[in-house]
Amino acid sequence: MPTDFTPLSSVIGGGMIGLSATLLMLGVGRIAGATGILSGVLFPTSGSEFRWRLVMILGMIAAAPLLALVFGVRPNVVPPFGLGQIIVGGLIVGAGVSLASGCTSGHGICGLARLSVRSLTAVLSFMAAGFVTVFILRHVIGA
Amino acid sequence: MRLILIALIGLLFGAGILISGMADPNKVLNFFDVAGTWDPSLAFVMGGGLAVNLVGYQLIFRLRQKPMMAPDFPKGLPQQIDLPLIGGSVLFGVGWGIAGFCPGAALPALGTVSLQPAVFIAAVCGGMLALRLIRATLTPAGPQASAR
Repeated sequence: MPTDFTPLSSVIGGGMIGLSATLLMLGVGRIAGATGILSGVLFPTSGSEFRWRLVMILGMIAAAPLLALVFGVRPNVVPPFGLGQIIVGGLIVGAGVSLASGCTSGHGICGLARLSVRSLTAVLSFMAAGFVTVFILRHVIGA
Repeated sequence: MRLILIALIGLLFGAGILISGMADPNKVLNFFDVAGTWDPSLAFVMGGGLAVNLVGYQLIFRLRQKPMMAPDFPKGLPQQIDLPLIGGSVLFGVGWGIAGFCPGAALPALGTVSLQPAVFIAAVCGGMLALRLIRATLTPAGPQASAR
């Protein structure tokens, strides 16, 4: 199913993500990586390490109701397939980001901005895997 | 004060994800589908986010000795390029291409109170837990490499 090309809203939203990563480093010296934030809540090492990550997640969750109530913006977040595929993908993502210690935000937005070669390697690896996976699912298996 | 700032930063991150289209699995999967219904929008998300944070980080690290509300910037972050990094990243890309969500997109999507992002996050937590258990089994006394 085709989706609209949205360069303006995408670059604005992307800029907001980048600004949030900058502010988190400037304010509290932390990397805005969703993997580390989620696993830090799941496997807390101390009360303060748990608390800031939980608060950050709660802030993220609050964005959708705020956008809906104030601006009437309700973006679609539902994929065109069932829960089984979401569960399989999610399990693989969980194992992968734990092994790699980061995902799109941690390695992509933050690691690349630190000029980390390790993060560049991660980004090239997961982007390539994403392209290949969707090609196989849609054009080899789904052909 | 510190936690209020972090909550607002989370709000900014979440709003950015939702406005950018990153939380819509249809757009993510179409970004990867160069041979089909290609939608290059997400390159603009990554480009915009990286451009802003690249300038932000480089200014912060050049102009400041420490963060405003913490003693230190991160030190001793891993630099090694090894099999867990590459293999884990490839696994992540495969899962991303299957489900259409990544963790940073699905967390803000939880706020829409839709079932799908919640199921995805639960599965990600399950994958993290499974990996931790496998690691603990393979290296009974070894320290856990902490995700960041």
